[in-house]
Amino acid sequence: MKPPRPVAPAAVTQTSPQDLVLSGAWTVRGIGELGRQMAALRLANTTQAGADATGIEAMDTAGAHMLQKLLLGLRAQSVQVRLQGLRPEFAKLQETVAQHLAEPARPAQATAPPPQTALETLGRTAQAALEQAVAQLAFVGESAHAFCIGVAHPARLRWRPVLYNIRTAGVDALPIVGLLAFLLGIVVAYQSAEQLRRYGANIFVADLVGVSMLREFAPLITAIIIAGRSGSAYAAQIGTMAVTEEIDALRTIGIAPLELLVLPKVMALVVALPLLTVYADICGVMGGMVMARAQLDVTFAEFLDRFVKAVSTTSYLVGIGKAPVFAAIVATVGCFQGFRTHGGADSVGRQTTHSVVQSIFLVIVADALFSIAFSALDL
Amino acid sequence: MPQAATPPDTVIEVQQVSTRFGGHVVHAELDLEVRRAEIFALIGGSGSGKSTLLREMVLLQQPTAGHIRVLGVDLKKLDDAQTRALRQRWGVMFQHGGLFSALTVLDNVGLPLREHTDLSDTLIDEIAAWKLALTGLAPEAGAQFPAELSGGMLKRASLARALALEPELLFLDEPTAGLDPDSAAGIDTLVRKLRDLLGLSIVMVTHDLDLLWQVADRVAVLGDGRVQGLGTMPELSHMDHASIRPFFDGPRGRAAYAQAQHEH
Repeated sequence: MKPPRPVAPAAVTQTSPQDLVLSGAWTVRGIGELGRQMAALRLANTTQAGADATGIEAMDTAGAHMLQKLLLGLRAQSVQVRLQGLRPEFAKLQETVAQHLAEPARPAQATAPPPQTALETLGRTAQAALEQAVAQLAFVGESAHAFCIGVAHPARLRWRPVLYNIRTAGVDALPIVGLLAFLLGIVVAYQSAEQLRRYGANIFVADLVGVSMLREFAPLITAIIIAGRSGSAYAAQIGTMAVTEEIDALRTIGIAPLELLVLPKVMALVVALPLLTVYADICGVMGGMVMARAQLDVTFAEFLDRFVKAVSTTSYLVGIGKAPVFAAIVATVGCFQGFRTHGGADSVGRQTTHSVVQSIFLVIVADALFSIAFSALDL
Repeated sequence: MPQAATPPDTVIEVQQVSTRFGGHVVHAELDLEVRRAEIFALIGGSGSGKSTLLREMVLLQQPTAGHIRVLGVDLKKLDDAQTRALRQRWGVMFQHGGLFSALTVLDNVGLPLREHTDLSDTLIDEIAAWKLALTGLAPEAGAQFPAELSGGMLKRASLARALALEPELLFLDEPTAGLDPDSAAGIDTLVRKLRDLLGLSIVMVTHDLDLLWQVADRVAVLGDGRVQGLGTMPELSHMDHASIRPFFDGPRGRAAYAQAQHEH
């Protein structure tokens, strides 16, 4: 296509104290300099002025707006302006603009709220956090209620979405969970190798890797991966549905959104996460074994022999036992944040972020509480 | 819009355009012409490819074969700079508004100006406010977010944004769909006013019979991948084709026809 017409930008020049010359393209692309030129005009000691508009070669509504602003500005200084030579088609445009600008057309800006004091900010943040905590508790309660109803009437539970969610959140996550757990096993073995070798306690790498992976690392890393992978997906999915009124549509059709959207996800994760944790246990220990042989000359057979003696079934069960709790946290936080979405695309992004941050935070808090409880119970 | 040189009389030329999705044929060697400063409507049953054609005209989609020339430019032979320049010469109003939910209405309208001109922020706000006034929105609406607007206001705000860069060509996708009769009538007059005032060429996809009778200069009926009828509404009303008749027969078609007869 041709480049824009080679027309000079809009200009207003003052040829004498009473005379203005308007010229150029009074279009949205040409009026950039006009504001400064208009401000520089000095029509002193006069009540009459002439404006020659013959030189205006093009005009659109933005240009007409500027022209009208110029005329009104001069009138405010009680200068009467005679406009001459404006082409008839531009004059028509200018008239239309004049109708709009005659009344004060300043946009009603949203009155900016006064800046908050630190105390007010603190109070508002605390109130919002409290309100969210209460809402989240209510959501957990509602979900539990829906679950109880589901248990009482198993036929009403939606098994297909449960199985579907087990596949997407569980089976599809196997490669990433396995890889990360394997690497974590390598890291733990590698970090301890130096110390163990110094004391000639090479074989105890099996204790270290075994207990730390089975009790802590495997459940934690799995839950964190799933929070980032599935929890965020739940929040985004439900959030988008809320924005497009699909949630409201479900309600009006008489389907409880909790039953359709939340329960299958929670149930699927509660099943999938312990299984993933077992898988992460295996991969993590394998990583440790590989590292033990490379760094500490502990063969696989020696490692496994020691592993069976060092790691109690309790350690293993403690690790697996935490997984369903983590799963419930990740799934409910994800769904809850999804339901809190309102407005538009922005809100979906914000709630998704919240879901990941909060679920990881709560998972680690829960893990800490478990540690305290288990040590009190001597497990 | 006033031009320095006399522009050609045709703003859009569709030549032998075919569009296929897999085995599904949407357009089969379709020809069409839109003239300068006319209000041109595309109608047709669901799935007749009107929206697809509109999307092809505004570079959101490529036809499988054939040529489309918009404002004298062949859409197939564009580099990036030309595409950008061409896009600034038209405005598109989407069926659901397409307003950015994170911005206020005023910022939505000002966005194209901020992006493509060197105007100051205050001036951009002023021009955006005046565009809102032009499309009949109260100044207070400018400070609101799209989610807070009613359907009619959304369409008006979307139209204001489409007009921000003073386009020569305006595309409207279902400008009155989902509006109450009052707002729809408001859009009718608005579309005509814009054409008369700014000399815009307007292409719209619509099902609204009143809009067709009251506003459209020429109407093209799409069916079976081709233009089955082309002309003013009174001309079309005498044509006898399976894809044209539904717009005139049936209670709604007859009522709109009767009203138009009454007014003329």
